[in-house]
Amino acid sequence: MRMSCVTSCENVMKKQFSLLSQYLIGVLFGFGLMISGMSNPQKILNFLDITGPWDPSLLFVMLGAVVVGLCGFYVVSKRSQSFFGGTLHLPAKKEITRPLVIGSLIFGAGWGLAGFCPGPAIVALGVGHLKALIFVLAMLAGMEICERFFTSIPKAD
Amino acid sequence: MHIDWLAFTPGPSLLGGILLGIATSAYVLLHGRILGVSGIVGGLLRPVKQAWIWRIVLLLGILTSPLWSIFLFDMYPVQIIEANWPMVIVAGLLVGFGAQYASGCTSGHGICGLSRLSPRSLVAIISFMISGFVVAYVLRHLL
Repeated sequence: MRMSCVTSCENVMKKQFSLLSQYLIGVLFGFGLMISGMSNPQKILNFLDITGPWDPSLLFVMLGAVVVGLCGFYVVSKRSQSFFGGTLHLPAKKEITRPLVIGSLIFGAGWGLAGFCPGPAIVALGVGHLKALIFVLAMLAGMEICERFFTSIPKAD
Repeated sequence: MHIDWLAFTPGPSLLGGILLGIATSAYVLLHGRILGVSGIVGGLLRPVKQAWIWRIVLLLGILTSPLWSIFLFDMYPVQIIEANWPMVIVAGLLVGFGAQYASGCTSGHGICGLSRLSPRSLVAIISFMISGFVVAYVLRHLL
């Protein structure tokens, strides 16, 4: 009896810690976007407009993120479970498909139009920009259109 | 092409990038998932039982990060949105549709995909960079 109580308390604690860490990782991600300047749509456009006065900062963001990320994903590749004990949900698809290329081309067009991608738009929403709210609502609508009319395969959780 | 040295911020951008790398690494190590913002948002459209709470919590972290920045460190993030209202709406639709159709955005394919050395993500990055370059050029130089 006592044992089962201890394990259930431990499970509840684990769940709370898990959620807390999710929140903190979200905050850290937001700080990464803000400090790097990537939460500023104008800075994104100054990178994408390679013919104007060019701001190559985004390349340095990618450099920092990918060098650390390579280490993180290398450690994960040696494991079969996450530290909180759950199974790993890593993408299994390998083929280069039409939706991948066409979807990315469409995504890039929207990115170049306003300088917003999903993460920075959520940061801008937190700052209170009304345009970010409209962008996020339109983004959800775009996702819904795709989900409803263009995807037949159900997504994993 | 010439570099705008006054706008170029290699130091803060590298530091911010390292934070993004730590966040995505921590996420996959602790929770076993790809930190792809479009995937996490998109999953809320068809929520699976028990799987929406962590999505909301992570997004709340990103959403409230500027508040921590402002109230804790007195740093106000600069965000200049040049696009007008119709452009913002069209951009949102394209970004949402495209990310969902391509199963990822700048975080999922861009950061995590490159970190996993995924050929699919490399193709996605090249594709969205090309259309991004073209649209930005048309907007700023041809219209």
